[in-house]
Amino acid sequence: MDFKDTPEEAKFREEARAWLKDNVPKDSELEGLNYIEQAKLWQKRKYDAGWACITWPKEYGGRGASAIEQVIWNQEEGKYELPGGVFSIGQGMAAPTLMAWADEEAKARYLPRLASGEDIWCQLFSEPSAGSDLAALRTKAAKDGDEWVVNGQKIWTSGAHYSDYGILVLRTDPTVAKHKGLTYFYLDMKSPGVEIKPIKQISGDANFNEVYFTDVRISDSQRLGEVGQGWQVALTTLMNERASIGAGGVNVGFDSVFKLAQKVNIGDKPAIENDAVRARLADWYCQEAGLRYTSYRTLSALSRGDTPGPENSIGKLVGAPKTQDMASFAIDLLEQSGALWDEELSAEAGMFQATYMSIPGLRVAGGTDEIMANIIAERVLGLPQEPRMDKGIPFNEVPTGAAKG
Amino acid sequence: MNFEFSEDQMMLRDQAQRFLAENCPPAVVRKVLEGDADYDADLWKKIVDMGWTAVVIPEEFGGLGLSYLELCVIAEELGRVCAPVPFSSSVYLGTEALLLAGSSEQQEAWLPKLAAGEAIATFALAEGPGQTTAASLATTAKGDKLSGSKIPVADAGIADVVVVAARHDGGDGAALYLVPTDQKGVSVTPVSTLDPTRGHGTLTLDKAEAQPLGKPGEGWALIEKLLNRAAVPFAWEQVGGAQAALEQAREYALGRYAFGRPIASYQAIKHKLANMYVKNTLARSNCYYGAWALNTDAAELPVAAATARVSAIQAYYFAAKENIQTHGGMGFTWEFDCQFYYRRSKLLAVTIGSEAQWQDKLITAVEKSNAA
Repeated sequence: MDFKDTPEEAKFREEARAWLKDNVPKDSELEGLNYIEQAKLWQKRKYDAGWACITWPKEYGGRGASAIEQVIWNQEEGKYELPGGVFSIGQGMAAPTLMAWADEEAKARYLPRLASGEDIWCQLFSEPSAGSDLAALRTKAAKDGDEWVVNGQKIWTSGAHYSDYGILVLRTDPTVAKHKGLTYFYLDMKSPGVEIKPIKQISGDANFNEVYFTDVRISDSQRLGEVGQGWQVALTTLMNERASIGAGGVNVGFDSVFKLAQKVNIGDKPAIENDAVRARLADWYCQEAGLRYTSYRTLSALSRGDTPGPENSIGKLVGAPKTQDMASFAIDLLEQSGALWDEELSAEAGMFQATYMSIPGLRVAGGTDEIMANIIAERVLGLPQEPRMDKGIPFNEVPTGAAKG
Repeated sequence: MNFEFSEDQMMLRDQAQRFLAENCPPAVVRKVLEGDADYDADLWKKIVDMGWTAVVIPEEFGGLGLSYLELCVIAEELGRVCAPVPFSSSVYLGTEALLLAGSSEQQEAWLPKLAAGEAIATFALAEGPGQTTAASLATTAKGDKLSGSKIPVADAGIADVVVVAARHDGGDGAALYLVPTDQKGVSVTPVSTLDPTRGHGTLTLDKAEAQPLGKPGEGWALIEKLLNRAAVPFAWEQVGGAQAALEQAREYALGRYAFGRPIASYQAIKHKLANMYVKNTLARSNCYYGAWALNTDAAELPVAAATARVSAIQAYYFAAKENIQTHGGMGFTWEFDCQFYYRRSKLLAVTIGSEAQWQDKLITAVEKSNAA
């Protein structure tokens, strides 16, 4: 039991570190570029040197590296503040799906452009009436010659407004049972009939969109998997979504709240000397440490060549509510000033308030807390599913109803 | 990165599991629960024969000279079956105190006997309700004679030697003493506890012969170090028990039907069990780190031990109470074994200091490491 790299891992780390040192973009290079241009600049540089999407096969733009090498790369790259984020859905979810289900021609055409950052992809899965019960989606595709004609609406699509392509699941047969009538496609986001509307969130940001489809035509050659096999293909994407959302970086954690408790007072003493504060901080420390060492155990398994399983769902299930509670607690520590949300007047430039207002989204994204708990119960502990009212019934006979806000 | 046990350690785990499945089934635990004995002497003898009491004792004292990782592996398995034996008292505390602070004469006198199971050791800290501190100690040393009363002391009735925390003149007022029980000045009265599968007593010292353990002036810091080191195998026992409670709840929920289906198919139960799994997993991962820190005597031990301890206390309590809840009324019956975990989880939660104490120690340790 030790934390050291194996000699091969150490060599790889050294190589990555050396390349990063010489190639991370300087501020002067990024000046005047918007965040997408900045991200593209860095991605292209990595791609040209063989450091993009390193676990992918070389012929698709990767370097055929192992999972543990990917982790080492992430650790080293993570030491710098770099532009990015806009490629995570394309590279993290669309690409693994293409790799598993697309034909050679499509893989050769799209994957290198994903790796180089030339193309940005988004994911069009959720719908107003299909969230946790994703397979209940109703945006329909009707076959017309070699094409499919798509009508309906998707929602919660991150980055739809700057994406070149999208992956989507559509209902191609409403007369069969829910999961059996779905088919998986990808499309050009500039296709006629695609309309994108941003959704304003409670945090004031607009990261998500509604995407409307009116007689949008998609070539049958852009289908992944067989007609009716869409659910199976979607599972490839979803497994990768849960893995990548859990990894998301948030700044509110033990260190920031601990430091705040040293600065502010309760009564005439620093808050950190208050026993209730200490007890809560200790619990959060234990959760953070537990997640960190759980990830070390996963890394050890990866290092040995294992594939991570559904047990990784705990990262998001523990991390998101913990972050929410810590942001809320930090605001309490600030007392009346906690209500201020202002870059100049708030402690830490308003980080606690910003997190408080954005974290409800993370508890829902990529599977709600409740769905994550179901995944652990069913796939780790082997407990049975709840009986389903829609099981075996043709989709167009299933009772529906979407709540209105 | 290699954050896992070795092949040999995994084999030891399998071997320990098989051994305990055969030699410590629930009937053995129940016999001690319902009887007058402080422990199961047959099981204890077999455990000694397996060499488990000798694991971390160096070979020169008749031990196996293995690492603390092996000890943690064994601790988890003993915790899983709620073993009714004085292993934690004798090994994590008594043996550890001698290894940590014993003079070579003291080590030569006791370690070979402890390794061979010819003697049982224990640790006496508490003196009544509330936290014991350097300032609160009432048991007092006058020269090499100790007088006072310690309650409760695990395995007091079967121990051959007790490591006693007492007040003396000098330093911060606290010190450890080695007190053989086979003498006129030592008497033990059994006491009833929440967990009768582990015997406890009041240890009364009346001018008992005692030898100082450790260098003069080490004071409370030595006690703290002993507690930090013991906290790690204790946490492994707790994680083992928490895992067993989860498995018991899972099995019952799968077999018990209500409204025409297994209760394990209701999300109220599924989420409860998923919660147990999450708490157990976090605690177990913290125990890995604790085991690493204990085994390498790392500077991080105070943080690592407290982290393992706090999360293991919480995980075991949660799993034990929700296991009973999952069983419904049957979980509350004497006939069912759910009580084993419920009793043991609370006993272990207050042995060597409660959750609140360790939460505070954790933050204190973080403050110290940040200041360094």
